[in-house]
Amino acid sequence: MSGPAANCPSCGAPVKFLWSSAIQTTCEFCHSILVRTDVDLEKVGQVADLPPDASPIQIGTEGIYEKKSFVVIGRIIYAYDQGGWNEWFVVYNDSSNGWLSDAQLEYDLSWQAKPPSPLPPAGKISRGNAFQFNGKNYVVTSRTTAHYKGVQGELPFQYWDKDVMLFADLRTADGDFATIDYSEDPPLLYLGRAVEFEELHFKNLRQFEGWS
Amino acid sequence: MATTIVSPRVVKPKSLSCPSCGAPVEVRGFANTLNVVCPNCLSVLDASTPEFQILQKFQGKQHIQPKIPLGARGKFDGTLYEVIGFQNRAIESSGDFFCWDEYLLFNPYKGFRYLTEYQGHWNFVRVISSLPVETRSGGKRAVVLNGRTYRHFDSMTVLTEFVLGEFPWQVRFGDTVVDHDFVAPPYMLSSEATGGEVTWSLGEYIPGKQIWEAFQLQGSPPERSGIFANQPSPYGGKASAVWFTWLWLNVALVAVAFFFSMSASNQEVFSKDYLYVFGQKTDASFVTPDFELKGRPSNVELSVRTDLMNNWAYFNFALINEDTGQDFDFGREVSYYRDSEGSEGSPNDSVVIPRVPSGKYYLRVEPEMESRNMQSVHYEIVVRRDVPSHTFFWIAALLLLIPPIYLTIRSASFEAARWRESDYAPSMSSGGGGDD
Repeated sequence: MSGPAANCPSCGAPVKFLWSSAIQTTCEFCHSILVRTDVDLEKVGQVADLPPDASPIQIGTEGIYEKKSFVVIGRIIYAYDQGGWNEWFVVYNDSSNGWLSDAQLEYDLSWQAKPPSPLPPAGKISRGNAFQFNGKNYVVTSRTTAHYKGVQGELPFQYWDKDVMLFADLRTADGDFATIDYSEDPPLLYLGRAVEFEELHFKNLRQFEGWS
Repeated sequence: MATTIVSPRVVKPKSLSCPSCGAPVEVRGFANTLNVVCPNCLSVLDASTPEFQILQKFQGKQHIQPKIPLGARGKFDGTLYEVIGFQNRAIESSGDFFCWDEYLLFNPYKGFRYLTEYQGHWNFVRVISSLPVETRSGGKRAVVLNGRTYRHFDSMTVLTEFVLGEFPWQVRFGDTVVDHDFVAPPYMLSSEATGGEVTWSLGEYIPGKQIWEAFQLQGSPPERSGIFANQPSPYGGKASAVWFTWLWLNVALVAVAFFFSMSASNQEVFSKDYLYVFGQKTDASFVTPDFELKGRPSNVELSVRTDLMNNWAYFNFALINEDTGQDFDFGREVSYYRDSEGSEGSPNDSVVIPRVPSGKYYLRVEPEMESRNMQSVHYEIVVRRDVPSHTFFWIAALLLLIPPIYLTIRSASFEAARWRESDYAPSMSSGGGGDD
């Protein structure tokens, strides 16, 4: 699965890709945000110090969901007025990829999906709106305006200069959820499921002082 | 070879000084903690800023002591949790305030859970990600989650009266949320609406004793008072089980009754016809020939069959043991009237004398009658030993009814007491303090 190695254009440290299709990564030594071009790596920005973070997940955490093993290779950190959350980018052993979100230790797995019909614009979506995706009824439970707080590791797209973003969260009666991401135009749809910590059979988690 | 960036072990945040009073403030929830309350001056501090900016100063008067101390650790469902936050919340109902406590539990991997306590009634609560579906049950509001129907219990505005410890969300003294509770004992679904967001949580009623054991607390949990919304009924489901048992016991009883009927000897030991002729001025009293009553002490049935018509007769009987002189005295009245509109009484009568010992017996009979246009009255006296008796079985059947009826009544009154605390309580129109 390992991609080609290169050197950080900023500090010269070796940069390795865990996933050959990654578009963006961060240099783990100088925290430069690096984007892959045809021939080389280009520094497009610099990650400010990541905010203190209490997620038990880290880059390199492995897990198994429904017999498919996955590894966490990158993340986007968001904050909003009621706290923050992590969107971990995960690659499965069948080379598919998706997201594992950790919002105050409530875990969701999601995958980008093609909307069956155009999604309503940001101004036209509110709590209580109902949608049908894959034959299931989804209801909008919240609209969240979030701030981008940082990135780490490999991502499937360039993602480093966003500021304020709107998300609409939708839920079903049996643990499915959807997110409409209004940071792109047209908006992106992610479909997923709420999962229990135990369901993910994690390995290589972080350790917490006083909790080993 | 995949390289992994392994973060160092997450260290416990250093305790900081409260910017308001200087007291040390401990943080237990790592970077999950958004707000923390100074244990000394009760200022709400912003734990997401290094300087612990003051968000709110405590204005209240009363300091409430949590029953489970902050920092206590205990296992629930095999997971260790630490108490990191405490809230006292209240609702107002026609001038009265009802308060309860909420404890925030934390595990760095499994996340957050809650314990709530109201008058000794505890619930273990977690936030759920599914969205319950609105429905109706018995004409009332209800919601369905995972196939279980929860009936609407109450809706109220909840006020945060007191906070202590730390929270992964914004918390302030005086916060209000709108809460709707739905019950399916021992479970309760609650929705809390704050601003634009609705959070659903699922509580399960647990005994206080279990909490005291989990946290190894001193003393005993607070005494329970009243019946709580999702408290499981001690009679729940038992009433139908007891009715089922009752059904089987009746089947058994009928079988026993049938067996006794079959095994009773029901033997005729004496039978004789007599004629009572009016106008004979002799002493009507007479004694019968001897007859033998055999076997263990059992009953004796004495029957009188007459040809009375629109008349009555009275018989004084004495069943006398010839050897011991022991006698059983009893009187029977027989009357039979019939006209074009119907009949009353019966020309025949029988009586059962229980537990008569074996031996040689005779009857003394003293008939009394009035002429009433009759010349004479024929009557026959029959004595039978050990006749089947169903009285006992009828009494047993009635006694068997007591447990299921008792349980059904208790169960119904438990449910009535539960719902008296809900929004569906019968209105107290005759209560005092009216504004007339």
